[in-house]
This record gives sequence, structure tokens and C-alpha cells, in this order.
Amino acid sequence: MELYNIEKLLQKYFEATTTVAEEEMLRNFFLQENVPEHLQQYAPMFQYFSVEKEERFTKELPLKPKRKFPKWVSVAAVAVLLVGIYFTVPMTTDLESEYTQEEIASAQEAFKLLAYNFNKGTKQLGYLEEFQKTTDKFLIKE
Amino acid sequence: MQQSDFLHVVMPFKDKLFRLAKRLLVSKEEAEDATQEVLLKLWSKNKLMDSYNNVEAYAMMMTKNFCLDRLKSKQASHLKLVHTNYEDNNISLQRQMEVGDSLAWIEKIMDDLPDQQKLVLQLRDVEQYEYEEISDLLEMKPVAVRVALSRARKTVREKLMQKHKHGIV
Repeated sequence: MELYNIEKLLQKYFEATTTVAEEEMLRNFFLQENVPEHLQQYAPMFQYFSVEKEERFTKELPLKPKRKFPKWVSVAAVAVLLVGIYFTVPMTTDLESEYTQEEIASAQEAFKLLAYNFNKGTKQLGYLEEFQKTTDKFLIKE
Repeated sequence: MQQSDFLHVVMPFKDKLFRLAKRLLVSKEEAEDATQEVLLKLWSKNKLMDSYNNVEAYAMMMTKNFCLDRLKSKQASHLKLVHTNYEDNNISLQRQMEVGDSLAWIEKIMDDLPDQQKLVLQLRDVEQYEYEEISDLLEMKPVAVRVALSRARKTVREKLMQKHKHGIV
């Protein structure tokens, strides 16, 4: 690199009329070892700039993993679930609207009959208990 | 956009954001916090990211604005000392030792520049942005960018010469 060129570039540099490429040339010139005495004073400037460019951002970046769904999806899911439950669980229907008065009356009659006969059956079981007591006597004695 | 895609997009310029933040805020910790904040902000609206034609420029602009806001609120919350003329020889001697290294000296010179010149110098001489990019980013006219840049470079040169000739400020 001709010295004359460098001096000219330096002049342009301070007037801010150099291009990035020209500034790169200046930078490279001042980064090398043998910079002439009278230009030495400029060297720290260009050295500083290139050193500065090496500084790195090393801090960790705590990125939260992004939600796969938007928030309203969870709300919608709950709503769908509730609607589903509402339709699948059978509704408690009103007896009077489904059967006529006579039907209900006859059903009640039938239940009464059933209950009466059932009670009769359980009364008979009382004897069984008596029988148990007597057999127990034998068993304990032995 | 997935996390890995985002990191892929952000990776090439995250250091630039950090260096810009550090230029303005000076402290490394604060610059790290600022960069993190800006990147997280960018991540939170990553759905829009495809619509920005230049994510880097957008992120740089965000960083710049964030840092300038930070500086403004800091100035507002801290009382600034008005008197600066009580510097004695002791202080300048101490400072001279601190910045004995000429590179550290330039850093100090740059810190003293007005924010705008600082920004222009950082974007051009460190990050090597084109003039149009800088004028877009800083919302300045291209001519104004050149003027600020020329002034900043000359100031650095001048202060560097003073140091070179006298060894003291």
C-alpha cells in the first residue's frame, strides 16, 4: 500500500467521505506491524475499533418455549367438555309427564304387593334364626 | 417462529446490539441487561418478525431507543453535580494511570462525545454500517450523519494528539 494513498485516505476519512471499503483498507494498514513513524499516532484509533468489534454478548437468553395453542383454546376445550357432559348424562325426567295417572297408580299397587310379600318372606326367616340359636348351643357345648 | 429459528435470525447481530448498548450505557452489566431485554421483546412479538424486512435494523433501533430512555430516566432519578471545576491534580494523575493504555484512552474519549456522535462513530467505525443504514437507524439526514461522523472522528484525533504530545490532559 502506497503511503501517499494512505495519507489521502486519512484526509478523506476525517472529512467522512470514505467508503466502508476504503475504511477497511485504512484499518488493515494500521493493524499491521510497520506503520511509519508520522502515522503512528492514528494507529490506536483503528486498533481500538477493530478490538471493539470483537466484543461478544455472552449472557444467556431465557426464552420461554412458546405456547402451542393460544389461550382461548383451553377455554374452548372446557366449554366443549361441559356441553358434552350435559348431553350424555340422562336428564331426570318428570314422572307425571311421562305416565298417565292410572299407570302410576297401578305401578304403586304393584310395588305395594311386592313389599307385602317381601315382608312376609322376611318374617319366615325369623324361624331360621331360632334354629340357629339351638344349633349354636350344640356347637359351643362341644 | 420456533425458538431455534429465532436464535438463528438473532445470532448474527446480537453482538452488535450488545456493543451499541455498551457504548451508550458504558457498564457491561447494564448493557447485557439491555440487550437481553431487547431480544426478549423481539421474541415476544416474533409473529410480526417476518413482516419486518430488516430485523437487524429494527433491533438496532430498539436497542438505541431503549438505551437512550434508560439514560434519560437515570439522569432524572440521580442528582447531577453541576460543578465540575474542582478537579485537582490528584484526580487527573489517577485518571492518567487508569487510562495509561491508549486503547482505554480512546474509549474514554468516545464516552465524552455527545450521544449522537457516539452512535454514529460506533455504527460506522466499529460496525461498519453504510451511511444510508445509519441515517435510517438514527433518523437523521445523510448529510447530518456525515457531519456528525466527521466531527466525532476529528474530536477523537484531536484529543489523541493532545495526549500524544503532552502525555496529560
